[in-house]
This record gives sequence, structure tokens and C-alpha cells, in this order.
Amino acid sequence: MKNNIVTRFSSLEKDNEKALIIYLVGGYPDMETSKQIIETAIKAGADIIEIGIPFSDPMADGPVIQQAFSDTLQNGIKPLDCLELVNSIKNSYDKIPIVIMTYSNILYSNGLNKFLRQAKDSKVDGFIIPDLNYEEADDFLEVTRDLDLATIFLTSPNTNVKRLEKISSISTGFVYMVSVYGITGARNRFERYTFDSIKRAKQVTRKHKIPLAVGFGISTPSDGKKMIKAGADGIIVGSSLIKLISLYKDNKDAMLSNLSTFIQQLKNACRT
Amino acid sequence: MKVNLIPGKFGTYGGRYVPETLIPALEELDREYQKLKKNKEFQSELSKLLGTFAGRPTPLYFAKNLTKKLNGPKIFLKREDLLHSGAHKINNTLGQALLAVKMGKKRIIAETGAGQHGVATSIACAVFGLESVIYMGAKDVERQQSNVFRMQLMNSKVNPVISGSKTLKDAINEALRDWISNVADTHYLIGSVMGPHPFPTIVRDFQSVIGREVKHQITQRTGGLPDAVIACVGGGSNAIGSFYPFLNNEKVKLYGIEAGGKGTNTDYHASTLSKGRVGIFHGMKSYFLQDSYGQIKEAHSISAGLDYPGIGPEHAHLKDIQRVRYPKITDKEAVNAFLELSRTEGIIPALESSHAIAFMMKTAKDFRKDESVVITVSGRGDKDLQIVQDHLGNNSLE
Repeated sequence: MKNNIVTRFSSLEKDNEKALIIYLVGGYPDMETSKQIIETAIKAGADIIEIGIPFSDPMADGPVIQQAFSDTLQNGIKPLDCLELVNSIKNSYDKIPIVIMTYSNILYSNGLNKFLRQAKDSKVDGFIIPDLNYEEADDFLEVTRDLDLATIFLTSPNTNVKRLEKISSISTGFVYMVSVYGITGARNRFERYTFDSIKRAKQVTRKHKIPLAVGFGISTPSDGKKMIKAGADGIIVGSSLIKLISLYKDNKDAMLSNLSTFIQQLKNACRT
Repeated sequence: MKVNLIPGKFGTYGGRYVPETLIPALEELDREYQKLKKNKEFQSELSKLLGTFAGRPTPLYFAKNLTKKLNGPKIFLKREDLLHSGAHKINNTLGQALLAVKMGKKRIIAETGAGQHGVATSIACAVFGLESVIYMGAKDVERQQSNVFRMQLMNSKVNPVISGSKTLKDAINEALRDWISNVADTHYLIGSVMGPHPFPTIVRDFQSVIGREVKHQITQRTGGLPDAVIACVGGGSNAIGSFYPFLNNEKVKLYGIEAGGKGTNTDYHASTLSKGRVGIFHGMKSYFLQDSYGQIKEAHSISAGLDYPGIGPEHAHLKDIQRVRYPKITDKEAVNAFLELSRTEGIIPALESSHAIAFMMKTAKDFRKDESVVITVSGRGDKDLQIVQDHLGNNSLE
């Protein structure tokens, strides 16, 4: 059976659309709301959902996601609660691809084999681990291959072609291009090097027939359009949504309707 | 005995667990370091600086009063506390700053807990005219005002870190985030034998000057190698520096002393090797204090320099193969040792180093009188006077 992510990218290609990948923190601001947010995102047009499992020390994340992680941990959310969340979403939306984003220690500390198997049982489609690069990924690759979980590795503007070739060859689902030198969080503007490096990366990923999705700092539909114009097959939006969620923490209806509108606008940017 | 077969790996520990953005910088650092390590000019420039500026070699002092009082082995103190800045940290900062200059980097970032590494980094940056930005937990900034001022005097910018627990581990997170954002012109001057490869190797090499001097000095004095070497471990740089030249001399017993804080039956300790679990954090695989779900815990020790929930990967390996023992000493035992060395020898040791002294006091009876033991006094205790006064409270000294 084909992985859900692959299926989704090919159907998007047929429709001449790019992928909108929505990043949300599992269990933020609370479990029930988190589930409603994900459902809202799916209904508003998200093509792939990325769920962050909170880690105490997220080195690749900016202040917005750091705060959401720390609030969620304060509320006692455990890694398995996030897998359970995926499972409950999949009960109603079995075709939507859902990937987990978390840090190496969560995988290894919970038992790599055991945890990946639990993820598979919860219908997780793949993993993004920002502090895991291929030199250290042998065990991870072996177990994920056995379980048919997608492995999405990251590439960055300063990654050389040789590394990018390797990253493209071991990634399944898509390759995650980090748009900037920096951590997650909105940017006022992107510099030329971002678009140049998307173009360069696209030449390699095209050869390997794997989609290239771009994330970090994308906070408006117009940012998204620029990434797509440079060659991205998908855009990943996270911090600006988390910011919206935290802003409307005390008014759930307003939160969900604002999220819905914003995600629809982002999806429209993927249709040009 | 071969300890380090694959570059960057110590047994199964170490490695390079970082965002892809940092990989080119780590590869460049590794390449340049390997080149400079063999470069005579680089080595002589560094040793000249260590000699004329930092104060090397440091003395190996026979502590006759303590030896007599404990009625155990002959005790020798390696006096790293006499270095400029008052601690061993400068061995590493001068080395890495020189490395950064040779690599053409203009800007240095560093983390600091209580401020010792921040001060040593500020000194090195002043020497080489490098821009210096120090990340320090907001809680530590408040607790260590005088070190903040020291750093500022030497032209460093001190950035308080308000994320997470607002202490050392968060300062490291923030330094890593800065490095990810400014990787092209910035060198991250890590303060201990930790982080992603090649840092644990580079810092060990720069600190190994301690053990090399000890080997030479003790042989001259006693005609042979010591029977044991004792040093405290937080991240583990003064310990690995003291141990490394002796690793192949299997008759030399090596003891790395962890901070037992208020006791390892409480939540307030920094005994990573005896109470932690294997995990991946700050770019390396090693032992960490963490909860059962993999969230990193805060550490506690009366000595700020040992107050870190992880440990260098080479120590993790040396523990597993049982080449080094890692016993623990509580806050209270360390303070007693602080007082004891001050009284008997006229040397006020850092609270970190006091852990090593305390272990000697505890185990003196297990050694024969004709044996000799070297203790690394990694730093001086001036920075700890207030903490010890507060700890003693109403209990006057006499």
C-alpha cells in the first residue's frame, strides 16, 4: 500500500496544486481544543498535518513554539497522548497524512522500537526529527523501513549537493527544506539566498522524484507564493498559527474561525 | 587500550545530533582543527600564550598538612586555581579562540552557568580582539552579578536567557539557536567536553595539558606515576584533561566525582552518571537526567559549575568500560572539604574542586601511606565565599 503522503502529493500534482502542510503542537492549548484545531485545519484545506510532540529543550524552535511546548508539558501532556490524538483524528479522517515532528530524545528515551511501533499503531504516517541527520540515523531508518513509516529529513540553505543527494535518497514522503539560517518563527522578509537555495535543492529532489516542502518563517500567503514560485512543492506553516492559537486561548470560537480563514488563504496560495 | 576508535564516537556515545544547518560548520571545524593540531606554529603560539599570559605550567603541590591529617596517601594538588581567571576554563578558551582566529571567524558566542566560562571566554576574546556574546540564564545573571560585570568590563555582551528553566542548559539551547542563525561568521566556543563532535575531542585536547603536566611533575617528584587521580565532573572538562594522559596506564586509578547535591534520593542533585539514563541532548548521545518520557530535568548542586543535567560522552564511555569510577559527594561534604583545605593548606578551593577534596577525605583510609594521589584543584573559591557563608548560616566557623 502506498504511503498516504505519497498518495496526497500525486493527487495534488494531478490537480496542479501545491501542498499546504500545517504544523500544530500536540495537546496545545489543551487536548480537546487541539483536536478541534486539527479538524478545523483539515476542513480548511490542509493537505498534510504535522504534529509536534513537546520536548523540554527544542533547539531548532523559536520563542512561540518553545512557549507552546512548555505550556503543554506543564499541563502534563505525554508523548503517548499525542499519538492517541493522531489516532482519534484518523478515526474520522483516515486519508489525511499525519506526521510527527519531535526531537531525538523523545524517540530514544521512550524506546526507539517500541515508540515507532506505537506510532504506527496510532496510524502516524511519518517522522520529522530536526536534530537527527543521516549519519546518526541507521537505527531509525531500519525500524521506520520495517514499519513503512515515512522518514522526512531536513535540508538547509548551506547543505551541499552531496549531502542533499543523500538526504533525498533516504527521505520518503518529502524533503523538508529549512528556508533560512535560523530557527522557527515568523520573518519580516526573506533574503535572496532562500529562493536561490530552493532552486538549487529542487534540481536535486526532482532527480530523486521526491517532493520538496519549504518551512521556517512562512507566515503569510504571499510568503508561500514566493516559495512556490522558487520551486517548492509544498509549504509548511507553524509558528504563525500557534501564535494565533495563543492569542485566542480564551475565545475558542474566534480562535477556530480565525484559523479557518487563515488556512483557507494559505491554501489559496498553493493553488496558483 | 583504545578508547576512541571512530572519530567523534566514544563507544556508542557522542556523535553529532544537530540541525542540518550546523553540519557544514561542524565539518569545517573538524577539518581545520585536525590541520592545526599538527601545525607546529599553532601549537607554539598557543603554548606561548598559556605560558606568558595564563600562567602555565601550574604547580603540583605536595599537601603535607592534609596528608598528615588524613593519615592516608601522599596528596598532591594540581593547582589550576592559580591560572589567570582562577580556573582551568582558560586552557580551552584560549585554544578555541586561537582556532577561531585561524578559521577567520569574527564573532564568538558562548554559554555560561555561574559565569566562569563566560569570563574565560571574555578574556580570550579580548586577547584576540573578537566580538563576544555570552548567553547566561536569567536566574544566573541575577545570582552572579559580579561575573556579569567582569564579562562586560572585558567588552562582552551578556544576553540573559529567559526560556525554560533560565539556567545553564537553557543558555546552551540559546547559544545553539544563535549559532544556527549566524553560522557563517560565528564560532560557538563550548565550555566543556560536551556538545556535537568535534567539540568533546577539541576541548579534551586543550584541557589535556593538565594531565600532561601532572605526569611530568609527579614523575620528577616521586619517580613514578601516581596511584590515583581525582577530579570533579560536571560536563567533565577538567576531569578528562586530568585523566586523558593516564588512560593507558591502567594501574593509575581514576575517580571523577559527581555532585550528589542534597542526596541522590532527592530530586536535588547532578549525579548524571549514577542516576541519569542514556539519551540524546545538546548534540550528543550520553547520560542525562530526564524523566521517564524523555524530558530533560534540572540539575542541582551547591557548586554552579557541576550543575548540569548531562555529561561529556567520553565520560559515559569510560564509566561503561569501568576505566574511571564516578562516585558522588553531597553539598554538605563538599562544603566541609572547602573549609578543611582552607584551614589546613591555606588554599580556598572552588566548590567544584571541593568535591574532589571531599572524596579524598572520605577514602584516605583505603590507600596505603606509600601511595600517592593527585587531586586537580580546578579553580579557586573566591567566587563561592557568599554561598559558603549562606550555607553555614548561624554556624560560626569556630
